[in-house]
Amino acid sequence: MLVEIQNLHIGFQSRTGFAPAVKGVSLKLGTEKLGIVGESGSGKSLTARALMKLLPKQTRIEADRLAFDGIDIMSASEREMRQIRGKRAGFILQDPKYSLNPVKTIGSQVAEAWRTHKGGSKRQALEAAITLLEQVKIRDPKKVAGSYPHEVSGGMGQRVMIAMMLAPDPELLIADEPTSALDATVQAEILRLIEELVSERGMGLLLISHDLPLVSHFCDRVAVMYAGRVMEELKASELLSAQHPYTRGLLNCMPSLIHPKERLPVLTRDPEWLK
Amino acid sequence: MKNRLKSFSAMLSSVILTLFGLTVLTFLIGRVMPVDPVIAAVGDNAPEDVILRVRAEMGLDQPIPVQFLHYLSQLLHGDFGMSVLTKNPVATDIARFFPATFELATAALLLATLVGIPLGVWAAVRQGSFTDQAIRVLCLAGHSVPVFMLSMISLLIFYSALGIAPGPGRQDIIYDGMIPTVTGLMSVDTLLAGDLDAFRDALAHMAQPVIILAYFSMAYIARMTRAFMIDALKGEYVITARAKGLSGLKVVWSHAFPTVAVQLITVLALTYAGLLEGAVVTETVFSWPGIGQYLTTSLMNADMNPVIGSTLLVGLIYVGLNLLADILYRLLDPRVQ
Repeated sequence: MLVEIQNLHIGFQSRTGFAPAVKGVSLKLGTEKLGIVGESGSGKSLTARALMKLLPKQTRIEADRLAFDGIDIMSASEREMRQIRGKRAGFILQDPKYSLNPVKTIGSQVAEAWRTHKGGSKRQALEAAITLLEQVKIRDPKKVAGSYPHEVSGGMGQRVMIAMMLAPDPELLIADEPTSALDATVQAEILRLIEELVSERGMGLLLISHDLPLVSHFCDRVAVMYAGRVMEELKASELLSAQHPYTRGLLNCMPSLIHPKERLPVLTRDPEWLK
Repeated sequence: MKNRLKSFSAMLSSVILTLFGLTVLTFLIGRVMPVDPVIAAVGDNAPEDVILRVRAEMGLDQPIPVQFLHYLSQLLHGDFGMSVLTKNPVATDIARFFPATFELATAALLLATLVGIPLGVWAAVRQGSFTDQAIRVLCLAGHSVPVFMLSMISLLIFYSALGIAPGPGRQDIIYDGMIPTVTGLMSVDTLLAGDLDAFRDALAHMAQPVIILAYFSMAYIARMTRAFMIDALKGEYVITARAKGLSGLKVVWSHAFPTVAVQLITVLALTYAGLLEGAVVTETVFSWPGIGQYLTTSLMNADMNPVIGSTLLVGLIYVGLNLLADILYRLLDPRVQ
């Protein structure tokens, strides 16, 4: 198993009290594509970030088991985590406008990811970066390598992010809403690229999204999260025929081009689900 | 390229306009001051005809606009007029006094930057911790304790009580006139003369004023660095850098800090300008013969040409450093075109 999460709890201690955000999530992931869907604030991103130990220091994390390829994340030191982060598990963030360093060239940022884990000279790293940019289908990779993040489009920025995170050949890729900041036409391209690279390299993929049809299309399995819990877990192909009322509710709220509705229904929530 | 040329010419014209405005202002202030430069020059008891003659010699009998045009044309020829007090051209005086201030300010800025920036970064990384609080108290003290008080306390302890600090001025009396003036910077000139004892003596004289000025500036630099860094560390690209598997030190210094460095340039430029303006109080307490002391002494004696000249110099420094910061900003931040 690449990822094992058992009974994960995440909460924030503040002056006014303790605010739980993730309340007992259990997930498993092998070399497959797992999608996590759910509304904003359901704890999708927190779960993913906890796996990489990327949450702020004051966050409280508890779990019966939180492991990456058998390594216990809960007890791993910062030094051990650095051998996992980047090197064995890549992490793609939402918006390249904010997730790429604004004052460093794209080439140097990709090269840095490569060199940190693979060593070698700066020149070698830059050459590797240009090859990687080519692999994510950037035309004229040399020119892009020399430009700054604000000089490229969102789609291009996300390709750069993918190249950067794939540089050290990780076994797992976590993508935290990789397409929600992009135009609809670019979204499909980026997802196709991710899927291609993940299958080619035989990696595991954890795709976080709130786009249900997209996830059902690209993933093998889907976990539906609500209010810090996993409501149900099912095969992606069966998502559209899901039985859980929350998943059904989410599906119902989607506007359809084929069957237009006058008013979109409002999602009803049942406290019973959380028991 | 064409754009760059355009923005450069825009910058240049705004500089010229600023300097012209400054000249008008300082000139007018010099003229409306309720002191009579003629009486200041010839004394209270001079006979009427002498006063009239000197007034005509100084060009003060002409209407103000004519005086101003005359002054402006003098300025353009590098002539700031004569100092009544020192009997020297103001330009010569400034050339003699300014290096002392320059030496003090530059050393203080270097020290303040080297200490202030790491302290600010450290405090930001450990935000809310004991380290952070300690650094904040240190900076608050540096900002709020008046410089003259620190100077006096320092003199009291290190000069008067312990006797380890040298006396006032830039050098010991035994080296007076021994070191040929090349750059006007005592620390450099003593080295050029190859006199290591004199060099050590010059450094010892600099130590107290430099440390006190540096402490004051350091407090500001550290506080600004801390604020900028706290903001930068919240950036998503910091998460990216950590997700890449970089060490904490690398995340802070090679990812968060470079985005802040650009903002710090402005802070450093203004701090430096403030120091070059002549730390009047510090220079007075330590009898440091710099521009601040020259300016105050001239002002006390109603010697207006040096006052106007020094004020113009200070303005020129501010404008120049602002311009430099602007240019550096453009060069270092790829987002600014």
